[in-house]
Amino acid sequence: MRELSYAEAIREALRQEMQRDERVFIIGEDVGVYGGAFGVTLGLVEEFGEERVIDTPISELGIAGAITGAALTGMRPVGEIMFMDFITLASEQLVNQAAKIRFMFGGKAKVPFVLRTPAGSGTGAAAQHSQSLENWFVHIPGLKVVMPSTPYDVKGLLLASIRDDNPIIFIEHKLLYKVKGAVPEEPYTIPLGTAEVKREGRDLTIVATSIMVKRSLEAAEQLAHEDIEVEVVDPRTLKPLDEETIIRSVMKTGRVLIVHEACKTGGYGGELAAIIAGSEAFDYLDAPIVRLAGRDIPIPYNRDLEYHAVPQVENIVEAARQLARGEV
Amino acid sequence: MLNSRQKRELLRQMYTIRAFEEKAEQLYTLGKIHGTMHLSIGMEASAVGAIAALRPDDLILSTHRGHGHCIAKGADLKLMMAEFMGKETGYCRGRGGSMHIADVEGGNLGANGVVGGGIPIAVGVGLSLKMQKRDQIILCFFGDGAANLGPFHEALNMAAIWKLPVVYVCENNQYAMSFSVKKAFAIERISDRAAAYGMPGVTVDGNDLMAVYQAVSQAVKRARAGEGPTLIENVTYRWRGHSKSDANRYRTREEIEAWKQKCPIKRFRTQLIEEGVLTEEEADQIEQEAYATIDAAVAFAEASPEPTLETIEEGVYV
Ligand SMILES: Cc1ncc(C[n+]2csc(CCOP(=O)(O)OP(=O)(O)O)c2C)c(N)n1
Ligand SMILES: [Mg+2]
Repeated sequence: MRELSYAEAIREALRQEMQRDERVFIIGEDVGVYGGAFGVTLGLVEEFGEERVIDTPISELGIAGAITGAALTGMRPVGEIMFMDFITLASEQLVNQAAKIRFMFGGKAKVPFVLRTPAGSGTGAAAQHSQSLENWFVHIPGLKVVMPSTPYDVKGLLLASIRDDNPIIFIEHKLLYKVKGAVPEEPYTIPLGTAEVKREGRDLTIVATSIMVKRSLEAAEQLAHEDIEVEVVDPRTLKPLDEETIIRSVMKTGRVLIVHEACKTGGYGGELAAIIAGSEAFDYLDAPIVRLAGRDIPIPYNRDLEYHAVPQVENIVEAARQLARGEV
Repeated sequence: MLNSRQKRELLRQMYTIRAFEEKAEQLYTLGKIHGTMHLSIGMEASAVGAIAALRPDDLILSTHRGHGHCIAKGADLKLMMAEFMGKETGYCRGRGGSMHIADVEGGNLGANGVVGGGIPIAVGVGLSLKMQKRDQIILCFFGDGAANLGPFHEALNMAAIWKLPVVYVCENNQYAMSFSVKKAFAIERISDRAAAYGMPGVTVDGNDLMAVYQAVSQAVKRARAGEGPTLIENVTYRWRGHSKSDANRYRTREEIEAWKQKCPIKRFRTQLIEEGVLTEEEADQIEQEAYATIDAAVAFAEASPEPTLETIEEGVYV
């Protein structure tokens, strides 16, 4: 099958959906000629014009309000926040308005937008351009949170998200943009709330999100040489969550390691651990549930410190090995 | 008024900023500095002219494009360069980098990775200076793009109603990344917004060091006298791309060349020579010395140690 990068897969989904549905438009900072800070929307303004690929001033709250209002009145906007760190500036409209409108209005309105934003460290951009804030939004009823890890998933999940009638926070990863993978040319959707077993294994389950799926798969590859067979499960959407696929995997392996980049305290891993511990998988657990996550620090600038601030392949190998060998 | 010695010093500062940034750009290309970097080449008169109007104990808040502010405020180039290289000896122990450089002792309360992030902080600093009856002032730099963030409006209003000792300096370099001020504003001058908050607003040629110095001096006087904030707009231009990922798709080569003809350093240098403040040879010497100090800073930074991994979790809390 044809290969595309993660960024190209996003661009293709946007292009195909804009061709199919006139209500879809793009709005964000430097999304036009500049193509976005990571070049994701390059070429789209040339194809669809400035009316459907709208450059905004640096006004994150304004962007969030614009997509909320437009979605409320018949459009299907795709907003972009240049770095996830700046979604903090947009949060009032997202958290208090967009998330609650449908419920507060007794189900008589809907807010179908997607807000795309790149998270994650590894680019040397330091503390204010590297955060993974997904759990802030997981916490808010009314928002859906999507976090794709591969080119194939990002296209299918973006198309499903744009067609979904709810406000969606769509979290990309900067280090994934250049990663390549097989992507079908025709449009397709991946239903929100379906996890995927990315690799099968009998000895332990790793539940990982975003770039940690890629790192976990690399770790699993290495561990296979030590005769440790790791199963890697990617929830793909944090909300809604496909609990069943995760629980089934843990019941099979009896051991689970949760890996994410966001800071450990208050991170999604706590939620996953609680769900697993409270499920029928509890009786099948042969070891404590282990979380491997970002340190509870802002991302440092120094290259080496930055590298060690979040889980890397070798950390996953080490944690998984200990868990598999019953050393936890 | 500035005397001849002071004017020579300001020329030296501008050359130092230019030399520092050219070197930083070079080191970035060599992979010795990582991450991203926002150069203020072409905007030196804005930083130097504004800070020249301050007392040494006055404070500043800077931006992502803040190397010039930092140097004009008197930063040690060695500690700055060490920070750029992520070294333990750097201003922020290698934790901040170019975009977060701060020299708190020297009165620079920090660059900022968030556009407009310093504008509301200036309100708090101004309030605190006033409450403590210190007669210092805070000068807050920000870009044209930052003036379109909500916090800009909240902060300027608060500074105005409480008559805080704040000077807001908007460095209008014509673009916020690719977005030109012509598209981002429905008004001609950003300083016109001052009227909405009840403070004076002034637009000056930001490439004319003396014009910047005079406008900011007025505002500083006002702030120190307890009369409240001023909004100054320095009209200037950035020669380089927004950051290291910019292909300049949104502007023409001709436009960039036209602005290069308005180089603020050449302009001030010529002015000083015409005034008889210095000779061509003396100006050349100032320029060469500026470049030499950068080499010493690089040598210091390269010889400095990296932070150790054991310290990675230090410094989050007091
Ligand atoms: C709140 C926020 N939004 C977006 C960005 C990304 N960004 C960094 S600099 C910049 C442009 C800033 O323009 P301006 O304020 O005019 O300053 P300049 O870069 O021109 O000096 C943008 C959009 C950011 N850092 N912070
Ligand atoms: Mg600007």
